[in-house]
Amino acid sequence: MKIAFKLFASLSDYLPAGSRDNRIELDVEEGVTVGELIRRYQVPERSAHLVLVNGIFIPPAQRLRHRLKPGDEVAVWPPIAGG
Amino acid sequence: MGWNRKILRVDLTKGICSEEPLNMQWAQEYLGSRGLATKYLVSEIDPKVDPLSPDNKMIMATGPLTGTMASTGGRYTVVTKGPLTGAIACSNSGGFFGAEMKFAGWDMIVFEGRSPKPVYLYVENDRAELRDAAHLWGRSCWETEETIKHELQDPLVRISSIGRAGENGVHYACIVNDLHRAAGRSGVGAVMGSKNLKAVALRGTRGVSGIRDFGEFMQATTAAKKVLADNAVTGQGLPKYGTQVLMNVINEIGALPTRNHRDVQFEDANKISAEAMHEKRPTDGKPHLVTNAACFGCTIACGRISEIDKGHFTVKNSPKYWGASGGLEYEAAWALGAANGVGDLEALQYANLLCNEQGMDPISFGATVGAAMELYEMGVLTKEQIGLDAPFGSAEALARLAEMTATGEGFGRELGLGSKRLCTKYGHPELSMSVKGQEFPAYDSRGIQGMGLAYATSNRGACHLRGYTVASEVLGIPVKTDPHVTEGKAELVKAFQDATAVFDSAGICVFTSFAWTLADVQPQIAAACDGDWSMDRLNEVGERIWNMERQFNNAAGFTAKDDNLPPRLTSEPARTGPAKGMVNQLDKMLPEYYQVRGWTPEGVPTAETLARLGL
Ligand code: SF4
Repeated sequence: MKIAFKLFASLSDYLPAGSRDNRIELDVEEGVTVGELIRRYQVPERSAHLVLVNGIFIPPAQRLRHRLKPGDEVAVWPPIAGG
Repeated sequence: MGWNRKILRVDLTKGICSEEPLNMQWAQEYLGSRGLATKYLVSEIDPKVDPLSPDNKMIMATGPLTGTMASTGGRYTVVTKGPLTGAIACSNSGGFFGAEMKFAGWDMIVFEGRSPKPVYLYVENDRAELRDAAHLWGRSCWETEETIKHELQDPLVRISSIGRAGENGVHYACIVNDLHRAAGRSGVGAVMGSKNLKAVALRGTRGVSGIRDFGEFMQATTAAKKVLADNAVTGQGLPKYGTQVLMNVINEIGALPTRNHRDVQFEDANKISAEAMHEKRPTDGKPHLVTNAACFGCTIACGRISEIDKGHFTVKNSPKYWGASGGLEYEAAWALGAANGVGDLEALQYANLLCNEQGMDPISFGATVGAAMELYEMGVLTKEQIGLDAPFGSAEALARLAEMTATGEGFGRELGLGSKRLCTKYGHPELSMSVKGQEFPAYDSRGIQGMGLAYATSNRGACHLRGYTVASEVLGIPVKTDPHVTEGKAELVKAFQDATAVFDSAGICVFTSFAWTLADVQPQIAAACDGDWSMDRLNEVGERIWNMERQFNNAAGFTAKDDNLPPRLTSEPARTGPAKGMVNQLDKMLPEYYQVRGWTPEGVPTAETLARLGL
């Protein structure tokens, strides 16, 4: 199934080749969890601070349980803030 | 003591500067800066005063930690009655001006009356005098700063000034210090202009004396700096990416107000984001961002210094804009960009430079342009009236309207009055995206419910810096709450509002609160200041300040009806993103908020609440 994977700020270094504007479309197996996806691209766990699936926050404890669906947009940030 | 115990009173009508002791009783009750200056203001002016009349006063104030070794201790505030809102105005700025006021031996400067001719105030330690500013009138903040430094032959003098926007009465004119730091919101610069006061130039060589226990203070400030350095947000995120890193976050969660809040997501958000500022431009191979920068004594250094593309249509014939200069910060990038549908980063930086140069708040300016663009698209405003085509997304229109507003040319005069007056004049007051006449900052409250309540109840009109629940609802600081629910938001908003009042009144930057809680600030205040500065006392001071500001607004004629949001946010559901279908449910949160505050259902502090807070 196809999903979009987006890494922002300092995490953009972990995006595989072929990504544009901090985003890449990936073909992944059914049932993969958001936590597995983050591990697969070697994003350090403590750097994957703000994890959103379709804009909704996924708390750390649910990341290895939250299964992705076709068309999902996964976006990850390190600890950041602004104002 | 933390305080210098001395204030400077400047009677602009008579041209007299005089020294007064600081009211130390009030210092114990209101701490400093925002709180203490507001106490002076509400004690000295009629709440119904016309903000631009000589009877309004304007106070520049430092806090007990301003100028000290406390991290970010460089802040000062400008407190007055604001022309944009008619409510209490309190604008906070960093840079180096605040610390210099402290070094010169003053806690605050109270300006009253109106000078018969343009003047600037020069303060060198104890000496204070008004000087002729005829040659500075009509000049930008940048020219004013350079001219005064040259005249005084002193590159270290610190200057706050107004540009042409403040002179022309732009209702959201700001006061700019150190070239690109500003007391930005609510039109404090227009008040300064109405007083014929062009600038304040300070030179202080005395450092800060009178810290209560210096050893304890060193320990407390060092420990607190370690907290900032060890925290990933204040130690790494903010210095590297600045506040601009929020552009993609807020877009992703569907709370990035776009095209005058018609939409909640902007298709070009990435083009105007922190990430884009780091990327090399195809035109000249250079990134937009040059470096980060810090205000006085700040160990975070979130500021952005950028270089505009010299070949961009906005500046190719204006070399004065080619150097590295301040911007873009998130709020400015949003207001000049997403709010108008403009995705051209260089055009945003150009408009931002004009705001710094001539002293305008980019939030209110950008949002007012957004309202004008909507009126243009509806056919209510025509090309003939505006002087140009102004559809959403037009970088040319944004740049031109910034020039016109900054210099008071043509339709720029109308834009300079803010979106509320503009939309009302053209028959569509509902299209002004504002509360109490002040434009929203960069968060759409349909996707972040608590912010709707924070905006509606902010004492200076729509503002993110009075109660930044985004920290909790989006970023998880100090704890993550769900941005889509209303439960618990009344308490959350109150807690943020009261704590922020303490940070502001201490003289430190509110961005420290991404790592610090009040418990990190308390030991610093307690070591610097005489008196009981326990956590309980500080919480009480924050709540007292909030209620004092509220009472001023109530006396100025505001009622619960003014704690509202534009109908677009409460009745037009978000069209895309995770908040799709949602509106802000202010009606659910507001009664609860009044209750939590100890106010009547009409939004008035009860006698019991006032007595509890000693008001
Ligand atoms: S955190 Fe940013 S705005 Fe605050 S004092 Fe530091 S540099 Fe200035």
